[in-house]
Amino acid sequence: MHMKIVLENLTKIFPSRNKKSGEEVVAVNNFNFTIPDGKLIGLLGPSGCGKSTTLYMISGLQKPSSGKIFFGEDDVTELSTENRGIGLVFQNYALYPHMTVKQNILFPLQNLRGKDKMTKEAMLARAYEAARLVQIDELMDRKPSELSGGQQQRVAIARALVKMPRVLLLDEPLSNLDARLRLQTREEIRRIQKETGITTVFVTHDQEEAMSISDMIVVMKLGVVQQIGEPQKVYDDPANLFVAKFLGTPPINVFSGKVKDGKLFIGEDCVLDVPGVEDQEVIVGIRPEGFILDENGPMHCKPTNVEVMGRDVSIVSTSDASLNPLVRSIINADNNNVNIASGVVRYALKPHKVFLFNKETEERIVIGEVK
Amino acid sequence: MVDSKHQWKAWLYLAPAIVLLLVFTVWPILNTVRLAFLNNYNSLAAVNQEEVVTFTFGIENFRKVFNYDGFIIALRNTAVLTIVTVPVSTLLALLIAVALNSIKPLQKFFQTIFFLPYVTNSIAIGMVFAAMFNRVGVGKLITSHGIVNNIIMFFGGESINWINAGSDLVPNMIVLIIYIIWNALPFKILVLLGGLQSVNKQYYEAAKVDSTPRWRVFTKITVPLLSPMIAYVVITGFIGGFKEYSSIVGIFGDQMGPPGAKGSLNTIVGMIYDVLPKQDYGLASAAALVLFAIIFVVTMINMQVSKKRVHY
Ligand SMILES: Nc1ncnc2c1ncn2[C@@H]1O[C@H](COP(=O)(O)OP(=O)(O)OP(=O)(O)O)[C@@H](O)[C@H]1O
Ligand SMILES: [Mg+2]
Repeated sequence: MHMKIVLENLTKIFPSRNKKSGEEVVAVNNFNFTIPDGKLIGLLGPSGCGKSTTLYMISGLQKPSSGKIFFGEDDVTELSTENRGIGLVFQNYALYPHMTVKQNILFPLQNLRGKDKMTKEAMLARAYEAARLVQIDELMDRKPSELSGGQQQRVAIARALVKMPRVLLLDEPLSNLDARLRLQTREEIRRIQKETGITTVFVTHDQEEAMSISDMIVVMKLGVVQQIGEPQKVYDDPANLFVAKFLGTPPINVFSGKVKDGKLFIGEDCVLDVPGVEDQEVIVGIRPEGFILDENGPMHCKPTNVEVMGRDVSIVSTSDASLNPLVRSIINADNNNVNIASGVVRYALKPHKVFLFNKETEERIVIGEVK
Repeated sequence: MVDSKHQWKAWLYLAPAIVLLLVFTVWPILNTVRLAFLNNYNSLAAVNQEEVVTFTFGIENFRKVFNYDGFIIALRNTAVLTIVTVPVSTLLALLIAVALNSIKPLQKFFQTIFFLPYVTNSIAIGMVFAAMFNRVGVGKLITSHGIVNNIIMFFGGESINWINAGSDLVPNMIVLIIYIIWNALPFKILVLLGGLQSVNKQYYEAAKVDSTPRWRVFTKITVPLLSPMIAYVVITGFIGGFKEYSSIVGIFGDQMGPPGAKGSLNTIVGMIYDVLPKQDYGLASAAALVLFAIIFVVTMINMQVSKKRVHY
């Protein structure tokens, strides 16, 4: 019933509007990925990186410039949207405004023809089943304009689910919701996806959202896939500086540094052994949780203030070597004995939270034996 | 809201328009009502101050309207023309607008073509129509059948006397109906096309995702989303239809009928124009009020229907 989705060299080029001067836009560049059967995939990246375009190509609403799409073993590249059997939740829901919730959910079922045609009773039963799944069965006679954003979004999900699609596609479905509703709804989407087992692609530019509900995430930048993997793996093992910066809140701290004789220097501080790395200038990324307060630690910063975050505290400081204005470390509140007045805070570093990147290409430099 | 201190300014800006409206619209309307309810009003007698007092108020004029020779015919013609042309032209305009909206190359070009009749004088179009349906000569001596009859005969049909002397009411009406629909299309297409182009494309994408057949997209999505524009076009169509006059003049001249059947195609507005030269202003005013009442009732019914059918 459900199936993997294979994207093969998928590319989308939008021709320039202005024939003379304008440049064509490569919205998606050579996307290769097999989405495993029954999994939830988070498509993640900054605005304009080609997430929606990828989703629309999977849905068939946009034709790829080149490359192929398979649902299971079937090549669907040339198949029209109508025949792909997908469910799609639009960014702004696109509920039919003149229909009630019930009519909206029934609509895809009423379109079924031939052997799939259903009786009225069967359709109603299915519609209510889908509505119960997203807990809107009490709102069936309202018009979309009489619903809150979160309720509309759930109607859109019910409408996408009711025909039991082979693939469910969600385009930034939570972007219109407030923080609390967003949290609640994303868990609901996860639950529904698990219950139905439908292969799902979820587009978002919110890394936290993608990390929290996805089985796998795909990080994109300017139409090019940067990294694919399980959220934790991608976080712990970023392929390049962009991915490292994009994932994690607070964001990773970035320093300019250099490697000499297997040792990593940030400023004058020799902070870490990095065996197997050639001598060169590097960019150093350190996760906020990668700092350990240590009076004899090798790395020093100038603390400016301490932000209390409950269980943890965030020490805000500056450093001449930092490429960001501020350095943030997250420390267990019990260990917090920073003396701001002293003008210096010293850290030891957790090696697996420190990443090196090539200064020019910004690609990851893997540190030899260190694991 | 305008600050009440500054409201006099707003009134000042509106004043020219208000004065003109009062003089040329409100006062004539009030006067029409007064004239309609004055029995035995006579414009010559009105000049004579002493006789004014002998006028009495009553419904004599309305009785005269309903007993007027051509009233039933005028009412029938008006009703038939309106009831046939409004739905047909609306449906045609809708189909053309949808077609225009879905083509990409030459869209602007076709839009212009369909809009041409709107900027052309309707009497002139009427004369062209009359020429197309005109038959020159009688019986065996017909020298020209007119382009429409030529086409009919080309396909093996028989030449029909559409509009010439001795023509029947049905061919007359068919010509009028075709002409009125033709004339009504551009405005309706324009309004509906404007509506279509403002419909969010995402609804159509959603319909595709939902595997909606074309016909269902049209009836279940396009028409409901266009319903405010459709209602507007239908209501103004009915109002215009009941005021039909110039199209008959355009084809048949101010005799309001083919030669030898003067008045057979008269309408209510035509009837008002008929009685005016006879100085019977009371009768004309009453007829105008009757027309107003009809349009008012029909519009109310339209609004009531559209309240149920128009979404949002
Ligand atoms: N129809 C189009 N014509 C030309 N360029 C387009 C078109 N649609 C998208 N683009 C361009 O393609 C690129 C990718 O767009 P896309 O909508 O996929 O971004 P996105 O990742 O979904 O961004 P967002 O998070 O803002 O929704 C952008 O640079 C955009 O300007
Ligand atoms: Mg997008």
